Amino acid sequence: MADTVQFDLVSPERLLTSVEATEVQIPASEGDMTAMPDHSPLITTLRPGIVKVTGKSGTSEYIVTGGFAEINGSSISILAERAVARETITQEDFSSMIAEANARLSNAQDAYQNEPGPVDEAAKLLSDMVAIGDEIGLSAN
Amino acid sequence: MPSLKDLKNRIESVKSTRKITKAMQMVAAAKLRRAQEAAEQSRPYTERFNNVMGKLASSVGDSAGAPKLLSGTGSDQVHMLVVMTSERGLCGGFNSNIAKMARVEAQKLLAEGKTVKIVTVGKKGRDAIKRDLGDHFIHHVDLSEVKKLGYANAQSIAADILSRFDAGEFDVAKIFFSRFQNVVTQIPTIQQIIPADVSAFDTDEGDGAFYDYEPDEAAILADLLPRGVATAIFSALLENGASEQGARMSAMDNATRNAGEMIDKLTIQFNRSRQAVITNELIEIISGAEAL
Repeated sequence: MADTVQFDLVSPERLLTSVEATEVQIPASEGDMTAMPDHSPLITTLRPGIVKVTGKSGTSEYIVTGGFAEINGSSISILAERAVARETITQEDFSSMIAEANARLSNAQDAYQNEPGPVDEAAKLLSDMVAIGDEIGLSAN
Repeated sequence: MPSLKDLKNRIESVKSTRKITKAMQMVAAAKLRRAQEAAEQSRPYTERFNNVMGKLASSVGDSAGAPKLLSGTGSDQVHMLVVMTSERGLCGGFNSNIAKMARVEAQKLLAEGKTVKIVTVGKKGRDAIKRDLGDHFIHHVDLSEVKKLGYANAQSIAADILSRFDAGEFDVAKIFFSRFQNVVTQIPTIQQIIPADVSAFDTDEGDGAFYDYEPDEAAILADLLPRGVATAIFSALLENGASEQGARMSAMDNATRNAGEMIDKLTIQFNRSRQAVITNELIEIISGAEAL
């Protein structure tokens, strides 16, 4: 059994990282999961959260705001719409992410007054974002 | 016959034009490099995205419950054309090529009795097709304030298109842009984005693995298709950016060369006239001296 797996984190604007990882913790939409080498093939969507990559040279963390992950035995790819390394994220970045989530919530509230589904989804997105803020020590306001 | 002074002024003016075109060429070259880099960096995402879409579309594709973004609305009466051009001119045939293609397509659709709606991105293309198709304009996206194209720009365009689709404003959407091949060649391209063109996705499946989906395929597909629209628009914007700079670079290169040729020609003319004036004066002096 291979002891590492090729991990790629890409956003539409660039390839953020491409490393050999021993395990990757992914904030999947139906709960966090940790993928290790030889994981069975899986495609899942993401919720806003923190991707934690453990490789030979240590652990690195990335904030993602959604997207999806493709996992198979030999590689793990995360396609995130927005992704920032935890060390480099600034209050400004985070505030703009929060503002985006807020805008989506108010849009959903305007557009779907009689359907709770999309509104709840947007509200959940926002609360996920706020939870990330608590985790990394940035204010959501 | 222009006087010596006229010629001199003319040469000076062409020289300063040459300086300007030369400077524009160099600026375009620098911008082109940046635009190409941006396009290069978006490629890994687009490739993987299309790969996953291919897997999903082939497994859900034909079922009756497939999302409208994939299967279409069942009619193709109303077409929306998204014409992407640049915000600035002086880039050779770049804008007019895209505009021409959009015009041909729109006229073909109109001749078939379809309804055409047009969204323009970039004001140059808007100006170019306004005369023929101005009545069909429904929206314009202004990117002139945008310094560096980001995914957010593509997302907002996509969001607008998708909300119109949800509102039932059109059945088929196509984007018009220029694909960057190299500095001298840019290929005006039509790409259908709604309903998604499955053949554009990379469906070759080497490992033949069966994927689990979480949540189920249909939910993921419904989540991915809107992103697919944004991704297609984003890569089109980037291709267009690179094409624009490439087209401008070669146009300005031509202009610089033409200005150089013109300067040479004018300089020869100037020297000849100068010589003619001197000869004339000499003849006058000599014949004056002889008459004495």
